[in-house]
Amino acid sequence: MARIWVLLLLFLSVPLLAAAPTAVAAPTEDPLGSPLWRELAERYFGDAPVVFDDRVRVVVPVVVENQAQVPVAVDARGISSIEKLIVFADWNPIQHVLTLKPVSAAPYVAFRMKVEQGTPIRAAALAGGVWHVGGVYLDAVGGGCSAPAVARKQSDWYKTVGQTQGRLWREKDDWARARFRIRHPMDTGLAKEEPIAFFVERIDVKDADGAPLASLETFQPFSEDPTLTLLLRPADTSQPIVIEGRDNKGLRIRASLAAPAKQSWLAGHGSAE
Amino acid sequence: MISRRQALALAAGAAAAPHLAAFRALARPLAYDLQPVPIGEGAWMVAGAQEAITFANGGAIANVAILDSEAGAIVIDAGPSRWYGEALRTLAERLTGKPVARVYLTHFHPDHVFGAQAFDPRLVAAPLGVIQGLKEHGDGFADAMYQIALDWMRGTEVVLPQKILGEGVEDFGGRRIRPLTLSGHTASDLALFDERTGILFAGDLAFLDRAPTTPHANLAAWRTSLAKLASILSVLLVPGHGPAEPGGRALAQTRDWLDAIEFIIRDAFERGLDPTEAMALPLPAWTRDIALARYEFVRSVQHFYPKLEASRWERVDETP
Repeated sequence: MARIWVLLLLFLSVPLLAAAPTAVAAPTEDPLGSPLWRELAERYFGDAPVVFDDRVRVVVPVVVENQAQVPVAVDARGISSIEKLIVFADWNPIQHVLTLKPVSAAPYVAFRMKVEQGTPIRAAALAGGVWHVGGVYLDAVGGGCSAPAVARKQSDWYKTVGQTQGRLWREKDDWARARFRIRHPMDTGLAKEEPIAFFVERIDVKDADGAPLASLETFQPFSEDPTLTLLLRPADTSQPIVIEGRDNKGLRIRASLAAPAKQSWLAGHGSAE
Repeated sequence: MISRRQALALAAGAAAAPHLAAFRALARPLAYDLQPVPIGEGAWMVAGAQEAITFANGGAIANVAILDSEAGAIVIDAGPSRWYGEALRTLAERLTGKPVARVYLTHFHPDHVFGAQAFDPRLVAAPLGVIQGLKEHGDGFADAMYQIALDWMRGTEVVLPQKILGEGVEDFGGRRIRPLTLSGHTASDLALFDERTGILFAGDLAFLDRAPTTPHANLAAWRTSLAKLASILSVLLVPGHGPAEPGGRALAQTRDWLDAIEFIIRDAFERGLDPTEAMALPLPAWTRDIALARYEFVRSVQHFYPKLEASRWERVDETP
């Protein structure tokens, strides 16, 4: 029987391979009851071990006001030594929203994303070779991924692409909180008016000396005018933070957040435990 | 809104076959059960549910009013759907014994306008800004309403008012209605003063015991409009949502709500809180008795945060 499988696998095309049962280490029972869980687990985690873990928190609003701009926060600060964090939405036409590598940053990212319909929003944190997965079901009526960017209504939308606004706050224990917004249409390529994907695909956050603090890969479901909240641990909180970005057409984005003068209210939120 | 008869049938069905109850509710033709409450001489109000728009309430969440006049029935706001409008027209004709002479739309939000389809568009009046808002957002609202209220919305389409309303008093055979063209809840809000009874119809410039909604709000303009409404000597105020009362409680509560959420949201923004954090902030204790307080606050955070980020944050890019 096993030999037949091997032979079959050898001759089957790649898409069929994906459907064949393989050694997936993910639990088969999905707490969110999504029929897509197994396929997505295989895609994102391969045969690495996977556990559902409440310490990976996904925060979404109780009511979605704009399906093209759904605020989401992912917080895995309860788990230490996280290598990377990915966010995906099962029922989106493009599921992968972002990957965060918190080099010298908390495993926390807040952002806004598009949803096409009600869907699980999941975050998975890779720590010590194990994927820790958390998520919530987001209730929403649809259309966020197939609607054109708001900026496209203006004929001179391109003039603002790459413009960046933001601020930095100093927090307890030499942590810094960065909030910023990059002007970009973030076309999914799924709107009939804008059939070509055009989006920011990379955002690197560094300290003033160029040492990496956090790096992000961002994908089409990320909202127009990407807006982010990150918790950073720079060597020196009196120095500015540098943001370097790139879109999939090669446009370079460079910005610098001035050292904070303000103290935010949160106490020691950056600590992992 | 499920009628009492439907509720009884549902209960009977549930007793006989619990699993079929919900299905029967869906299979049965939907009907709004409009209950007019007299509020003055030749004046009635149909109270909306103090809820968000859901399938269960068919979108019937806003107050609607009917006035009798020598020239015919006067309708203030038309409800969320074609069926609602048809039921409202029947009710107005029954209460007054006359055909409808005028339908006013107080602003362009879906829970107030789509019933206008049941009336002759030449009789439907609104300020120009309301008509423009409907032109711009009407189809989107209709889509969203269909997704939430489903079959309640059957046959509902945007019908634009053909009578552009200014500030001039309208006289319906001796019943004089004074329109007040204001703004703040949206870019164009209409309030109406009935000189015969002294009732002030505030539209969604006033909410009572139900949290105000802010998707198209300009808070400074809204406060100015509230002050203007407070200066009018009325015997009864009918808010867009919530009970009709004498005195200015709806105006004061609406102003207090706007002040509270604006302070909380701006303060959260200045402190660097993410919108997902701002949404979880505590609300003042007095809002505990306000229906949908948390729900509308969470919506308002989503309305105001992007505007604050766009307008208050400094440019930090090195783009030449």
